[in-house]
Amino acid sequence: MLHYVIKRMGTMVLTLAFISVIVFVVIQLPPGDIVTSTLERMEASGMQASDEYVQNLRARYNLDKPLYLQYLNWIFNFVQGDLGYSYIYSKPVNELVWERLGYTLLITISAVIFTWVVAVPFGIYSAVRQYSIGDYFVTVVALVGLATPNFLLALLVMFFAWEWFGISIGGLYSMEFRDQPFSIPKLFDLLSRLWIPGSVVGMGGTAVTMRILRANLLDELNKPYVVTARAKGVKPIKLIFKYPLRIAINPFISTLGLLLPTLISGEAIVSMVLNLPTTGRMLLQALLAQDMYLAGSFLMLLAILTVVGMLISDLILAWSDPRIRYE
Amino acid sequence: MDNILEIRNLGVRFKTDTGITNALNDINFDVPRGKVTAIVGESGSGKSVTANCIMRLLQPPGEIVSGSIQFNPSRAEPFDVVAIKDRDPRIYDLHGGLISMVFQEPMTALSPVHRVGNQVAEAILCHRDVSKDAAMAEAHDMLSRVGIPDIDTRINMYPFEFSGGMRQRVVIAMALVCNPEVLICDEPTTALDVTIQAEILTLIKHLQEELSNSIIFITHDIGIVAQIADYVVVMYQGRVLEIGTVRQVLKDPLHPYTKGLLAAIPGNVPKNVRLSTIATAVGDADITTPYPLKEVGDGRLVSLP
Repeated sequence: MLHYVIKRMGTMVLTLAFISVIVFVVIQLPPGDIVTSTLERMEASGMQASDEYVQNLRARYNLDKPLYLQYLNWIFNFVQGDLGYSYIYSKPVNELVWERLGYTLLITISAVIFTWVVAVPFGIYSAVRQYSIGDYFVTVVALVGLATPNFLLALLVMFFAWEWFGISIGGLYSMEFRDQPFSIPKLFDLLSRLWIPGSVVGMGGTAVTMRILRANLLDELNKPYVVTARAKGVKPIKLIFKYPLRIAINPFISTLGLLLPTLISGEAIVSMVLNLPTTGRMLLQALLAQDMYLAGSFLMLLAILTVVGMLISDLILAWSDPRIRYE
Repeated sequence: MDNILEIRNLGVRFKTDTGITNALNDINFDVPRGKVTAIVGESGSGKSVTANCIMRLLQPPGEIVSGSIQFNPSRAEPFDVVAIKDRDPRIYDLHGGLISMVFQEPMTALSPVHRVGNQVAEAILCHRDVSKDAAMAEAHDMLSRVGIPDIDTRINMYPFEFSGGMRQRVVIAMALVCNPEVLICDEPTTALDVTIQAEILTLIKHLQEELSNSIIFITHDIGIVAQIADYVVVMYQGRVLEIGTVRQVLKDPLHPYTKGLLAAIPGNVPKNVRLSTIATAVGDADITTPYPLKEVGDGRLVSLP
């Protein structure tokens, strides 16, 4: 087992090194850089930049050096924890990303919890009572949930919260806490509002998870080992949880790691609608403005999250299924 | 006669989109206490459906439409298995406690993600109020009785680390660990190769003599019937055609279908003569008309006009 983990860590480092090159190259691909977009903005407002000023600007951002030196400089600082400097915010990237990444993880985790808490019981119900009225009802609701774009749901939730309860649910904090320093009441405020973005972001995933769980469970329910367990006297509820569910849930464990990147990129529009301080919006801004350190840092951090997420889900899977552990 | 199970007028049908199939029609037979009763017949004759009815394991779209299965255990009050409700606690006493089942496919009959020791011990924990350690100790004991070698290591292994024959031994241990009064073996050797088949048969026969429980042995192999059974029930298309002792039925079959079944066994045939199939051996004798079973002496029953 330890051997396996070490081997996986090795491949992880290699994968990330490869991704870092791609990220850097892709960010450089569009014509122009931060200096040209700055100059364009200056010209648009009627200012004229001297050649000397342009040279200084390029030197300041290391843009006069060859590409491979720029890359090495970036990656060397990155692994030491210095993520570089954001041109558009005029602040070190470190000051910008961590808070947003934290909120994003928080929303992602609450979305995952929402997804599982809702999808697992209804998925089980739907499979065990296949073709019952309840199954059809759950299926219809799931398909409607699947077909509704998340941002539309966000708009609807905002509208009805305002119409019916007269509350504004945009942002992660209530009005009175928004500009205060962090405190325990503020934490409770955050937790009490988190279920809104969590459920909105998790809605699509919930529907998919429910349908897949239903299909997986239906495959397992009539397997001989389930009949054997029933024939030896295991009672119905325990029977379902201990045997077919254990196996039907495996595909979800193996895709748990993949949820992180899809949720982070998927919630960009929802974040704009609900005014949430997550990574999606900032990443989009950074890419549009060619803010290479900010964009590069985000992309690299997403890659790290993905790779680590995959490792974690593989380890959980190996723990839950001996057939994988013993290979 | 002392019968542990008395099956009367049992009818089962399967309602599907393509129509209604009458899987069992008016089944009548007894299972004598402490003996081995074989149910023989080809695929689709209703052998397994009968077993599932006795165990109350019949799944929709199958449903019991008529009849009764009177169960006379010595450890509990007699009751009609068909008449009790789905939520009746007696069903859980029945499952694995009073009646257990050994299935055809040892490769898939065990849960792939639980250790074999735990799977055997769980059968004990379902029926008796004992500690987990005590249950494991009993599981250990039972696994040694079914001939698993090197149990101290094997008890903590997973089914996929076992061969087919070893898995079937585990399934048998799991079925017998609560000392059921009836053991139903649904083609327990069909999926195994011939040498392992013989070992498993010897094991079942040996354990039956030791524990003196009643066995229902479902098979389509007449050779196995001759080896293991005391009584034979011949089934065809959801009906019982003939009932008798092994000697009576194998030496002197009365029903044309039984004659056909026996004639289809490879034996010493002259060179250049093809083996007969059931169809050629039965010839144009009428085997499809559902005549009721009638007594023909010596306790024998046969479905003939």
